[in-house]
Amino acid sequence: MIRIDNVSHRIGTAPILQGIDLTLLPNSVTALIGPNGAGKSTLLNLIGRLIPLQEGRISVDGHDVTTTPSRQLAKVMAILGQTHHAGSRLRVRELVAFGRWPHHLGRPRPEDQAAVEAALVQFDLAGLAERFLDEVSGGQRQRAFLAMCIAQDTDWLLLDEPLNNLDMAHARALMARLHGLRSAGRGIVVVVHEVNYAAAWADHVVALKGGRVVAEGTPHQVLTPEVLGQLYDMEIRVTELDGRPLILHHV
Amino acid sequence: MDRRVAALALVLLAASAAYLLWGIGGNWRFVLGLRAGKLAGMLVVGASIGVATILFQTVSQNRILTPAIMGFDALYVLLQTALVAALGVTGFAMLPVGTKFAAEVAVMALAAMALFGLLLGRGAQDVARMILTGVILGILFRSLAGFLARVMDPNAFAIVQAESFASFSRIDGALLPWAAGAAALAVLAAFRLSSRLDVMALGRPVAVSLGLRYEAMTFATLALVAVLVSVSTALVGPVTFFGLIVSGLAHSLIASARHALLLPAAALIGGAILVIGQLVFERVLGLQSALSVVVEFVGGLFFLWLLLKGRIR
Repeated sequence: MIRIDNVSHRIGTAPILQGIDLTLLPNSVTALIGPNGAGKSTLLNLIGRLIPLQEGRISVDGHDVTTTPSRQLAKVMAILGQTHHAGSRLRVRELVAFGRWPHHLGRPRPEDQAAVEAALVQFDLAGLAERFLDEVSGGQRQRAFLAMCIAQDTDWLLLDEPLNNLDMAHARALMARLHGLRSAGRGIVVVVHEVNYAAAWADHVVALKGGRVVAEGTPHQVLTPEVLGQLYDMEIRVTELDGRPLILHHV
Repeated sequence: MDRRVAALALVLLAASAAYLLWGIGGNWRFVLGLRAGKLAGMLVVGASIGVATILFQTVSQNRILTPAIMGFDALYVLLQTALVAALGVTGFAMLPVGTKFAAEVAVMALAAMALFGLLLGRGAQDVARMILTGVILGILFRSLAGFLARVMDPNAFAIVQAESFASFSRIDGALLPWAAGAAALAVLAAFRLSSRLDVMALGRPVAVSLGLRYEAMTFATLALVAVLVSVSTALVGPVTFFGLIVSGLAHSLIASARHALLLPAAALIGGAILVIGQLVFERVLGLQSALSVVVEFVGGLFFLWLLLKGRIR
């Protein structure tokens, strides 16, 4: 369980988040949605301790993110930011292998190698494993980073816009995979822009706007014309397909 | 052990043997002792500069920077000059070599962590700002040292002047054991951190997600760089571009981001270039102190080539 208590954040004098209270449950996919500048990424980065917490408290499975040693947190959660850039020139397999680092600290065991191979296969990367990261496409690089996070084998996965560079097939495959992972006792938090992915695959949707939680609940509760209209300041039609909301935001 | 690293070790061994034994005359005991001292000095300096450059490039996420370009050795020269200015020639000469060196290394490490830690902590992504700040700091340190040198008396100035030009053939024998000890400790520490350095090289967001204490690691790496730069600057004086050649060769030879291979390769390449270069200059060409000039010239050209090819990262 991720508990977020009264978290506020500002950059300079600009308030980014204001008094966020949230509880995110395991065994579910939580989608963070909202317009640009809503504070979605900031919230995710605060949970993932990528930026220091200014106000409030966040704990992940009982581990306070400011006081728990980073190495211990690395076995509880993996976070993947928006920009996928590795400082060093690596092959795809080498990058994915870093996902096991929190577990072996530089001395890989046979089971670590097996986990890396499994992650490579899962993300359709086995044929690209020996390529350098700057020799593959943006979407393939993104999949390599996702495979690294999966190889880290944590109970929580925090992904910031993981669908950005992916084609339709890989985007749907990723959401389906995340949906499947949650049954293994994992919790997944994703920032998504395309609300239909939230509608189709998320168990819980949190809508942020202007640094505040505007609505949260099941896709049916949050993805309504009223909430979405208020969220994005536009008129949006919502229908239903196979028992899930279908948002017609493009017409 | 990796084959390439083993081959480098063999090359260095052969070069060292050649340096020691080539053209050794009748008075072999005396000559051997003299050459062994110089050889040890070159090995220590080569390894220090090589490892320091790789470490600094990892911490700054940049392949064209060296500690020297960022003003590390200018800081050391400033410390030396300030010490001579404060204590005078006799006071400076009276200081026990070991304690003086240890104190200088400690001050260097603290100053480097304070200055460059702040810089790298926040602005590491902004390469242009990093380089500009480093160059400006270097100029500031050099100007301050120059100012101190102008107001001090001519005898003290002569000492300072000797300290601030690079020469691979003038290695202080009394300092060597201390410098070698400090360098050995720092290089060993860097080897032990190699797996963490691999993670740090991935960049802050990924490294933090993998559980690396990124800020602590940055400071530790900068401290090691400061120790190694102090060692090489104290022994041969400031060298700006040599590290760039070493790290460039190490990267293209190893073709992997693994520090467990990069660091030993850089240490061996650094030693090998100096020993072979000195061998060629001393024995083949019969020149005494041109090596530093040539190394800097070639390194400078390499730096320009990197810039022109756009390999900023």
